[in-house]
Amino acid sequence: MDRNSQRTVFDPLIDNNPITLQVLGLCSALAVTTSVQTALIMSAALTAVLCCSNVLVSLIRKHLAQSIRIIVQITIIASLVVVVDEFLRAYAVEASRRLSVFVGLIITNCIVLGRAEAFAMHNPPWPSFLDGLGNGLGYSLVLILVGVVRELFGAGSLLGYPVLALVRDGGWYQPNGLMLLPPSAFFIIGVLIWGIRTWKRSQMERAEYRIHEVHRTEVL
Amino acid sequence: MSAAASTPGWLARVRALPNESTAKIVLVTLAVCVVASLLVSTAAVLLEPAQRANQALERKRKILEVARLLPAEDAGRAAVEAAFARVETRLVDLASGRFVAEPDQAGFDQRAAARDPARRVLIPRERDIAGIGARARYANAYLVREEGRVSTLILPVHGLGLWSTLYGFIALAGDLDTVIGLGFYEHGETPGLGAEVDNPRWRAGWDGKRVFGPQGEVRIEVAKGEVADTDPRAAWRVDGIAGATLTTRGVSNMLRYWLGEQGYGPLLARLRAGEQ
Repeated sequence: MDRNSQRTVFDPLIDNNPITLQVLGLCSALAVTTSVQTALIMSAALTAVLCCSNVLVSLIRKHLAQSIRIIVQITIIASLVVVVDEFLRAYAVEASRRLSVFVGLIITNCIVLGRAEAFAMHNPPWPSFLDGLGNGLGYSLVLILVGVVRELFGAGSLLGYPVLALVRDGGWYQPNGLMLLPPSAFFIIGVLIWGIRTWKRSQMERAEYRIHEVHRTEVL
Repeated sequence: MSAAASTPGWLARVRALPNESTAKIVLVTLAVCVVASLLVSTAAVLLEPAQRANQALERKRKILEVARLLPAEDAGRAAVEAAFARVETRLVDLASGRFVAEPDQAGFDQRAAARDPARRVLIPRERDIAGIGARARYANAYLVREEGRVSTLILPVHGLGLWSTLYGFIALAGDLDTVIGLGFYEHGETPGLGAEVDNPRWRAGWDGKRVFGPQGEVRIEVAKGEVADTDPRAAWRVDGIAGATLTTRGVSNMLRYWLGEQGYGPLLARLRAGEQ
């Protein structure tokens, strides 16, 4: 792999992560990260959809009128999501039930449409595939991290295997119920974003406004 | 041959059209739609057998779970199949309560039968307390026998809740009166309110309740609020769920329908009389 391809794949992991830098795809990141297993399956589903949609959109990019490009992209993405959903219902029923509507909601995941629009519409299929893979992995990385924290502290287990001995079973760890509720994902992602931006200061955004001091003369 | 030879020329002309021209927009859209629909329908057809097998397994798992015969909560396919081997699946003619032979080998689908005009019975509105409109002429019943006698009878029940039809099973003990368990495998009730019918703590309240009153009427019901110990009807009443009055009323109604004369009543009468 040449340098350029490497950058396409590895940039979205941290430097240009779809969740922590672009703050996209948060809905599913909150909803499916109560356990590592659901996070993994959701990650795989999104990465698969993202790679395929990028390739397909890239293949027809030169013949797509500006006026219909979004609806065509959505058609492609929606079809892929239906296929993935059918796959899960055939081979991973339990996970499919736990992910419930969130597999279907990949259609509206901003990362997928965002990459189709921003990258696949302007690049050949192979780089588009790599871009899809990179962004899918960037999303997966955050999901799995959040899933590990939530399952470990919320249920004392990882991938269903007990790690911390729970008080309920005669151990020492009292599970933190908040970790199993959606707000905890907000806190964890927030802390993650803060950590990454402290480490990589270039990711810090400029303040959009400054609080304007009102002088007495202006009021009058 | 001429068609094959002309295709590249035809394709080239389409490709050469300006992207914003109406003809090209229509052609590109059509092509995308055809490819997308092929993709989706191929996946749906190829994966259907696996999905059906999953649904069948899920049904068996639920039947075992309601009857408390499931060896472990996370029992795999093999364990479920092994435990289900004890369960006898029969088809009942609801009107007479007699067992009939399975019409087709692939397995009887009660929900499909309830939609088929040739195989269903319309329920008059005034007697349609479960809110289902029509029911299949035949219905499944699942029996577990010990030393020849029925020790557990599991019956599929369904009826309207608040938003949706709830589909589930009720398991009765060998006296055909004491409830072993009740559980739903499909519904669309409000999470946190009506969907609390799935809550194991609420479901545990059904264990040991009685179905029939002294006159043989279906007396079991979900109460409004908690059932007091002093309530003379406590043996027939299950605690209500706060904020789910309509869903639980639906549960009471569907049991009244399915365990009554309209539903499995004739079968229960026959089994009680000692017929096999």
